Amino acid sequence: MNTKKEKSFFEKGFSRREMLKTAVIGSAGMILGATGFSGILTAFGETPFVDDNQESRNKVNFYGKHQSGILTKNPEHAYFVSLNCTAKSKAELKGMFQLWTRYSVQLMNGQLVEPGSANKLLPAPDTGEAVGLDASHLTLTFGVGPSLFEKKELGLEHMKPEDLKDLPHFPKDQLDPRYVGGDICIQACADDPQVAFHAVRNLIRAARGLVTMRWSQTGFNSYGIKDKEKMTPRNLFAFKDGTGNPNVDDPKEMDEVVWVQPGESKSWMTGGSYLAFRRIQMHLETWDRTALREQEATFGRHRDTGAPIGKSDEFSDMEIERKENGKSVVPENSHVFLARQVKDRMLRRSFSYSDGINADTGSFDAGLLFISFQKNPQQFINIQNSFGRVDKLNEYITHRGSALFACFPGVKKGSYLGAGLFD
Amino acid sequence: MNRFIKVTGILMLSGSILAGCGEDVSHETQEKEASAGTEVSNTEKEVSAYKQFAIEQLDEFVKATEGFTEAVKAGDAEKAKELYAPARMYFERSEPIAESFGDLDPRIDARLADIQAEGQGEEEWSGYHKIEYGLWEEGTTKGYEETADQLLKDVKELRAKVETVEVTPDLMITGAVDLLNEVSTSKITGEEEIYSHTDLYDFKANVEGAEKIFEIFKEKLTEKDAGLVKQLDENFTVLDELLAKYEDGNGGYVSYEKLTQEDTKALSAAVDNLGEPLSQMAIVVE
Repeated sequence: MNTKKEKSFFEKGFSRREMLKTAVIGSAGMILGATGFSGILTAFGETPFVDDNQESRNKVNFYGKHQSGILTKNPEHAYFVSLNCTAKSKAELKGMFQLWTRYSVQLMNGQLVEPGSANKLLPAPDTGEAVGLDASHLTLTFGVGPSLFEKKELGLEHMKPEDLKDLPHFPKDQLDPRYVGGDICIQACADDPQVAFHAVRNLIRAARGLVTMRWSQTGFNSYGIKDKEKMTPRNLFAFKDGTGNPNVDDPKEMDEVVWVQPGESKSWMTGGSYLAFRRIQMHLETWDRTALREQEATFGRHRDTGAPIGKSDEFSDMEIERKENGKSVVPENSHVFLARQVKDRMLRRSFSYSDGINADTGSFDAGLLFISFQKNPQQFINIQNSFGRVDKLNEYITHRGSALFACFPGVKKGSYLGAGLFD
Repeated sequence: MNRFIKVTGILMLSGSILAGCGEDVSHETQEKEASAGTEVSNTEKEVSAYKQFAIEQLDEFVKATEGFTEAVKAGDAEKAKELYAPARMYFERSEPIAESFGDLDPRIDARLADIQAEGQGEEEWSGYHKIEYGLWEEGTTKGYEETADQLLKDVKELRAKVETVEVTPDLMITGAVDLLNEVSTSKITGEEEIYSHTDLYDFKANVEGAEKIFEIFKEKLTEKDAGLVKQLDENFTVLDELLAKYEDGNGGYVSYEKLTQEDTKALSAAVDNLGEPLSQMAIVVE
């Protein structure tokens, strides 16, 4: 491999948007070390440093104290994938995360993952479907599941945080084994679904032999705009989802709710967070024939405004204890009322999904890709348990998928994803 | 056989992609680049070794097809069923060459679905899979005598024509990856042998065909990237060992129907793990 040329590529980066333009001028400029790609497949570990490029359009930074995919507000499209780890040693796994670190920066810069080659008998090193598209606010968030630590060949048993275990069985769970668990997860969020997909595809392609895909789930969110601000998105039941979230711009609140603090878990988790995943099927057909008053009583909010029942503003205090004629104004079996029975909070990052139709019933297979971040899984567990069997929403939803992942803290420049776990 | 149709499809598709971005990348540049990579190194030895291999395989294919068609014509369905899958392996190993003959390949190896996909009727169907249908679905050789005669004729013609094929490094490199792609798209799904369910024989033969090309290039490839060679060696071994789990103890393989979803997923992952680095073999011509 021509190291000098390679270096210049990694220093300069190669914008996907610039690529077509450059091709006209002459392809020599973009074609670098011809054998570059086989290098990454065979020689893990020696991966050059690539920095966030502040000149990239619609870019979110990769490096920082926390993974930026957890901090970024209002993601539009998600591609979430759960992976089995087939690496044979910790060194292999570490090499993969080092490579993924560089790839992630480049992908979040809107760059190709590898330069092209003059040899057209080779497949292109970047799969290419994002050529011409900018960074599209892509974020990539990585985590590891409890099962990863049980793999003897990796020797990570002693690094497993006590809190990292499979979520317990909740009342009314009907889990489908096709959407449960996983050793590693990647959450790709972007303004553009193709950019998110391209990112995951290239990460997995580069790690072939070290991971296999276990399951994946796409999701989408749409935001109305009011006073130039994105409004809280609606789920497929048409209710606003995420109103009570902590403010991601308030470090204190985030430290209290989302980020693992020093001493709270294994040291490699400091600054990280636990990701709870649920694939929640929503029975749209039954919902659609339910009276609006019933629907509002189910959530405990008004549908159109998102305001607590009996109020008119989305962000009004819930005042859960309000009574009228001796009865709770917000019904005691409503989703919101039950959630407020526990003091725990979490950062919800939900997306809607639509996966065609259910082959058995001919009804929509649609619902919620529920993701929440919290510093301790118990926060999610307590909230979910509070719904129990009484939650009125249970009539209209079924939990089909479940997983828990420990998301790494952010990456310092020069370091790599999960460094605290592997070094 | 479905390869043939696919190739045409891909050519048409890439044609339209080029047309689509014509202002950005001229055809001329494309062609120059395409040829630039291939003229650098001398691959005469490799090319002739591969041709030799293909000829040997097709010699054996003629013999095995003779045995198979004799059994069909003698009305011995049991014997024919026994000979069917092993005979086809010679063909599957050398498929990159056989495919060079757009008319012969379908006559020997078309599935009914391929014929229908081309808008032809069942009466156009010939070759191995037609007899497969008779043997396994109807349990008879009766009525397939003429098909057997034609099949043997076609196979002999294929063997004769092989002498004329111009083997190039491109054909070998593309062929090796295509062999694995065949496995991924039709063998792993059980769509190649829908009556006999002998897909694992074809699977094995395709992998052996790809491995042969790798073996031939190995020396040159080691000079370019020893790490890649090591990885390919390992990944071929993993796949071979995985396939060996499905041997039936009589020199053959268990029925595709015996495979669970977990089995096919594991096989598929092993093929993908091999295919990705195998596609890097093209650095050998640089």
